[in-house]
Amino acid sequence: MSDLETFRRETRAWLEANCPASMRTPMTGDDDVCWGGRKWTFKSTDQRLWLERMAERGWTAPDWPAEYGGGLGKDETRVLREEMDRIRARPPLHSFGIWMIGPAILRFGPEHLRRQHLPPIVRGEIRWCQGYSEPGAGSDLAGLQTRAEDRGDHFIVNGQKIWTSHADRADWMFCLVRTNPDAKKQAGISLVLFDMNTPGVSTRPITLISGSSPFCETFLDNVRVEKDQVVGEVDQGWTIAKYLLTHEREMIGGFGRTAAGARTVGEQAVEAVGLEDGRLADELLRGEVARWEMDARAFELTAERARAEARAGQGVGNSSAMLKYYGTELNKRRHELLMALNGSDGLLWQGKDGHDGALARQWLRSKGNSIEGGTSEIQLNIIARNILGLG
Amino acid sequence: MATLVLTEEQQMLKDSARGFLQENAPVSAMRRLRDEGDPDGFSRATWAAMVEQGFAGTLIPEAHGGFDFGHVGMGQIQEEAGRTLTASPLLATAIVGACALVHAGTEAQQQELLAPMAAGELLTALAVDERPRHRPELVHTRAEYNGAGYTINGCKSFVIDGHVADRLIVTTRTSGECRGRDGITLFLVEPGLPGVEIVPMVTVDSRRAAEVRFNDVEVPAGAVLGHVDEGADVLDRVLAVANAHLAAELLGIAREAMDRTLQYLRERRQFGVTLGSFQALQHRMAQLFSEIELLQSAVLAALSALDEDDAEAEALCSVAKARACTVAELATNEGVQLHGGMGMTDEFDIGLFLKRARAAQQTYGDDRHHADRFARLRGY
Repeated sequence: MSDLETFRRETRAWLEANCPASMRTPMTGDDDVCWGGRKWTFKSTDQRLWLERMAERGWTAPDWPAEYGGGLGKDETRVLREEMDRIRARPPLHSFGIWMIGPAILRFGPEHLRRQHLPPIVRGEIRWCQGYSEPGAGSDLAGLQTRAEDRGDHFIVNGQKIWTSHADRADWMFCLVRTNPDAKKQAGISLVLFDMNTPGVSTRPITLISGSSPFCETFLDNVRVEKDQVVGEVDQGWTIAKYLLTHEREMIGGFGRTAAGARTVGEQAVEAVGLEDGRLADELLRGEVARWEMDARAFELTAERARAEARAGQGVGNSSAMLKYYGTELNKRRHELLMALNGSDGLLWQGKDGHDGALARQWLRSKGNSIEGGTSEIQLNIIARNILGLG
Repeated sequence: MATLVLTEEQQMLKDSARGFLQENAPVSAMRRLRDEGDPDGFSRATWAAMVEQGFAGTLIPEAHGGFDFGHVGMGQIQEEAGRTLTASPLLATAIVGACALVHAGTEAQQQELLAPMAAGELLTALAVDERPRHRPELVHTRAEYNGAGYTINGCKSFVIDGHVADRLIVTTRTSGECRGRDGITLFLVEPGLPGVEIVPMVTVDSRRAAEVRFNDVEVPAGAVLGHVDEGADVLDRVLAVANAHLAAELLGIAREAMDRTLQYLRERRQFGVTLGSFQALQHRMAQLFSEIELLQSAVLAALSALDEDDAEAEALCSVAKARACTVAELATNEGVQLHGGMGMTDEFDIGLFLKRARAAQQTYGDDRHHADRFARLRGY
């Protein structure tokens, strides 16, 4: 038996023994997602147990080096994912630390930041938020104005960030600041880290059209940031920012995928509209559902192909822009289709049988997919310039 | 697990097919065949050279003189033939005919036909459609048992390579209503038999097809391909294969149309700048690029599912063909529009891609047909 097969067998047995039954049921809404952090209240004992058990093995970040995370190789990480999918295990932790700032610190250092920040991320103890966009710097991110003044052993940061995901619930921020106001706009930016409890940091949630407030404005008023909290080098933050944006694009692009175990759009259509002689009762909707499902299948295969090409060292390299563009547009189409399939039921906001308006709220939230993390238009610019050589 | 990245051998085959076709059968060769009004619609010499390259035997087992290189391999040849608009018996004989015989032929039928097919000496044609829009299960052509064999009466339209075929593969009805799946039977018919009438025609892509009429055509019982009344399953498989390879050809057409359009946008200047500097055009090309990337994944997945006999193969073939139709339509329409007035001229090649794309789209079902088929396979 190969090592990988042994690993699969052991992993399967461990998951069987350690993943609580309630953590194998589909997540029904945002409430079921575990984000961790100092302010986190676990929704259940099982949610806490599942995080603790996975974190203890480093399996919240399985492919990070063993001194910080799980220390698994690529194949083992894949096997772990497959075995988790097999029992439909929920992710033990959602984390910008694991998805974004952790990989950046791993890649760009320095070492003391790895030792300080990575273990608490893996354990789900510190929840991170991302300070990127500003009121005057959205698509033109490099135009950001938040300033960090050099005061010898520390910086004093002043400015305002916007669209900070969950800033009001986060413990630390990774934040793009201007450290050199005289340099060309991309050249004078640094990526710094600070605790959200630092005096001068305040947040205000923004209510979206969906009624929820996943984003905040963050005000930075004479915030002291230690000099040893710079990721990579001073004034080289733009390189790291671009790296992180690529990561973010891949993450958001994944929204187009159908989660394992989730009902397909076709199944939801049959439930909402019904069959007549084995065909969906509404012919035009039937065509639209089929076209959406075929596009979604082709998109899934493309994401799979991009991963396979990356493993084989091939591919266009800029595929993340295309995946982000297509995945988010596909997700918006999915929600338009679900609204249409459900007719007046899709319009419910509250009231009937404890209805919380999930369909409508998710539909409205999906509109942001093609704006956040670089708009669709910016992705198309990147494709045209970097892949197609137009300009 | 689908093959979404080519193996070294498959990549070599693709590269050599590209080199061969660009040199021996470029778009200018297709233009010459058209202008000379070649009655075959393809070059026999080029076909012989393609056979020499081994293309004709790609899907035929080694025991019958082929190379058994699989659908992913053949798909690479098809994609490259899409880029050069190369007309040849590849689809009707080396793909459709080979698949039908390998899948449903008796030992005797395989012995007789496969080796000459791999050698490029025997050509086949699938006679399936009876109406302008593809509906394979609508079969009015009847085959009646006459004691010794069968008597065939009916008419088939748009039979690709029907004008040159040495064997026709004909769908007939041996029982049941004209629309049902049950009661369809496939026959291998020699076109020289009394009562077979072949009316050639030229299609918009300058290729040839034929209407084939059957008037009391008598064939022996040994001419049945597969089982009597159970032809629908064979037909499903053969058409899925044909459509996956048409999708590969359309992928090549879409990529070539995009590449030529990009080249034009980089060179053509108006208002003192290149057309490619306008964001409105950049975004249209970036959207087209994205659609083509998804098409490539769908085509590779369909081809490799056929090789692996995956349960999802037929659904994936419909996904690939449906997407190939919409994307090739977009690529060629955008190609003509963005070439401006030059795109409307016969002198520029872009219009040739537009014309071949539409023919390949309609062959064995367009995106609407395959969306419908996909929905049925998914249970709605």
